[in-house]
Amino acid sequence: MRLTRRLILVLLAPGLALALWLAVTLLLVGLVTGGSGIAVAPQVVQPVAMVLLSLWLAALAAGAWVMHRLWRVHVLGPAKLLNAARIMTSDMSVTSLPLSEDAAPMLRLVGREFEHMAAQRDELRMDMARLVDEASRSVSDQRDQLAALMAELSQAVIVCNRDGSVLLYNGQARDLVRRLAGQGFENGSLIGLGRSVHDLLDKAAIAHALETVEGRMARGVAAAAAVAQFVTTARGGHLLRVSLSPIRRSDHGEGEGGPVTGYVLLIDDITLDQQQSSRRDEALLRLTESSRAAIASMQAALEMLDYRDLAPEDRDRFLAIVRDEVAAMGERIGAIAEGELQTRATRWPLNDMLGGDLIAAAVRRLGETTGTPITTAPVEDDLWLRIDSFGLIQALDFLARQLRDLQDDPVLWLRLTRGNQRALLDLGWVGRAGAGAPDAARLTALPSLAVETDGQMLGASAREIVERHGGEIWLERGRGIGGEPAQPFFRMLLPLAAVDIAEPAAQIGSRPEFYDFDLFTAGAGSASDDQPLAGLTFTVFDCETTGLDPSGGDEIIQIGAVRIVNGRILTGETIDQLVDPQRSIPEAGIPIHHIHPHMVRGQPTIAQALPVFHRFAQGSVLVGHNVAFDMRFLKLKEAATGCVFDHPVLDTLLLSSVVHPAEESHSLEAIAARLGITIGGRHTALGDARATAEVFTRLIPLLARQGVTTLGEAREASGRSQFARLRY
Amino acid sequence: MSHRILIADDEPNIVVSLEFMMKREGYDVLVARDGTEALATIRASRPALVLLDGMMPGMSGFEVCEAVRADPDLAGTRIVMLTAKGRDTDVARGMGAGADAYVIKPFSTQELVQRVGELLA
Repeated sequence: MRLTRRLILVLLAPGLALALWLAVTLLLVGLVTGGSGIAVAPQVVQPVAMVLLSLWLAALAAGAWVMHRLWRVHVLGPAKLLNAARIMTSDMSVTSLPLSEDAAPMLRLVGREFEHMAAQRDELRMDMARLVDEASRSVSDQRDQLAALMAELSQAVIVCNRDGSVLLYNGQARDLVRRLAGQGFENGSLIGLGRSVHDLLDKAAIAHALETVEGRMARGVAAAAAVAQFVTTARGGHLLRVSLSPIRRSDHGEGEGGPVTGYVLLIDDITLDQQQSSRRDEALLRLTESSRAAIASMQAALEMLDYRDLAPEDRDRFLAIVRDEVAAMGERIGAIAEGELQTRATRWPLNDMLGGDLIAAAVRRLGETTGTPITTAPVEDDLWLRIDSFGLIQALDFLARQLRDLQDDPVLWLRLTRGNQRALLDLGWVGRAGAGAPDAARLTALPSLAVETDGQMLGASAREIVERHGGEIWLERGRGIGGEPAQPFFRMLLPLAAVDIAEPAAQIGSRPEFYDFDLFTAGAGSASDDQPLAGLTFTVFDCETTGLDPSGGDEIIQIGAVRIVNGRILTGETIDQLVDPQRSIPEAGIPIHHIHPHMVRGQPTIAQALPVFHRFAQGSVLVGHNVAFDMRFLKLKEAATGCVFDHPVLDTLLLSSVVHPAEESHSLEAIAARLGITIGGRHTALGDARATAEVFTRLIPLLARQGVTTLGEAREASGRSQFARLRY
Repeated sequence: MSHRILIADDEPNIVVSLEFMMKREGYDVLVARDGTEALATIRASRPALVLLDGMMPGMSGFEVCEAVRADPDLAGTRIVMLTAKGRDTDVARGMGAGADAYVIKPFSTQELVQRVGELLA
């Protein structure tokens, strides 16, 4: 305990009061006795002076001790409680008050109440945190599930907000866009999170579909049923069938749906179907016309033969014509049956499936319904089928159950092999020893019976199901599964998948970002100075060049770019493009950028590559490291390419000097090291662009701490930077 | 008086019968195997009537028909399109190109003879 003046005064107060009281007493005695009392006082007091002084000193000490006790209990105790309570309010994790044992009992009770309240507060806080955590986990789970589901769909799916900004797309959508773009180098720049879907699909068609949907909903049709379909042509003459379903805000209560905030597009490329059907039409027309010509020749010849006075050699001539035409017609029809008209199978929605998977699924199903194990032979590894697996397994299952009814306890077997241009799927059986053979007529009729599952008619026979595949089914006797001869089995001819189907989609990045729901609330992407940095779309880019002097003839040889949307670097949406500079590449630069002349040969020229980059960067803020250098190259090409780069521009070098003005080096490596970023793949354009993007995303929060939060503020701060000398 | 008739068709099997029949009817018959030859023969020999196939190598029958109608010297030439192209659009094109008759294969030879007789009457 510190001895303050106040404390000393308090401690001495009882003794001093006693002394004062004594002095007052003596004064009163003097006044009353008229001075005689005082005069005798020395004689009276003298003998006991020492005793009196000792008594006074003792009283002084006792008073001080009592005051000390009272001070500790009634002054220090509440002060301590106050301090502890203050700590408790400011630090959520403190739930106990450090009260000493000698604190007043009342004070201890007050302290205990404080502790109770703190404990309750803590509990509430934990509950709240848990609820928030659970809710956000479930939201992110749902998103992941949704993303996974989208990835599994065989249709291209794109989800957009009302303005047409892409919030989500699946791998099929990406593949579709790549097909639309052709084999060119502008792959994928048509679709991306936050980009407009109108780059891909006709804006008017979508607007019309939305109108239709909203009209239907206004008439009271449920949102789920208010789907509009349209067919539109895309780039490269592709025909797309699009189905648009609205997304409504659900916070308007039951029944009364909110406004349409976005929509889901399901897209099918029907070009191929269209081509096939037009090929079919063409073949049909050719068949009609050639038949007419042939029949005309035959009819004319036959009518000549009707003349009774025909010379024998003329008769032979006309007969030869008829024979000739009949033979030619037979050939023609044979050729057509082999060729174009066989495409009818494509009308049924068939999917690619690995043969082994089909057999495994069939064995499982047949085992369940017949209650007996099914024998199979191993299936060739890369035997891909193009089938309606659901229908096929229903058909197999039906045949298997019928077989069991026809023959007592047969052993069933399945075999899938590659035939000539088709796959052969055999379902056979082996009767128990001594069991009679099933009735042949009933067996032959089996494929034509309507398939029945769980008491429900599927409406189609096994034959019809196989015919949907452009295949055939028949009862054959041949080698069984064990190689034994003359075994009965049903054989189905099924189509093989086209060869290129099995090729897996190339993985891009560790986890491509196909969705960003935060864009739901974002407006259409254009950057203005008052927008916060955290919500803007950025294109971070870098160019490798033949040299440092664009006006002296140096050219861009590589462009790398990556996008940042809502603070996230989209590793799946990048540009990594070599450019033919149409000049030599100086040897001096090759050790730095590692781009040799043979690598740029046959690559697009800058006039082809720049428009692609321009579209990629549309509506975003350009970001680069020492970006003035790159911008000079871009600006010089504006006239030649017609691409004007009037985007807002930010420079990580300048921004770094704003954040760390005292640092000497603002090279990309130095900044990355300061911010704790490890960068790989430097000195390729894309590698540098990625590193710059990493640096940039980490600079944003640091800038915010200095009060730089909007685009305008960032540009202003950059302009003030000591490095901002370069102009482009 | 014997009219001169040109049969223009690349199918020998139909030409044989047509030639036989038209000669039998007393016409003077010429034959061309493709469109270009047909047009050259029309210009050189001035047939009164042409039996013109729609689909021929070189010039198609439709093109020959258009070329004949574009040449005032050949204005009197009667043209019968005799073709396997039977869609209504084909018929419209043939008549539009200036054919006097459009006969879709197969056809009855008797009716054709009658039609030719009417056109030359």
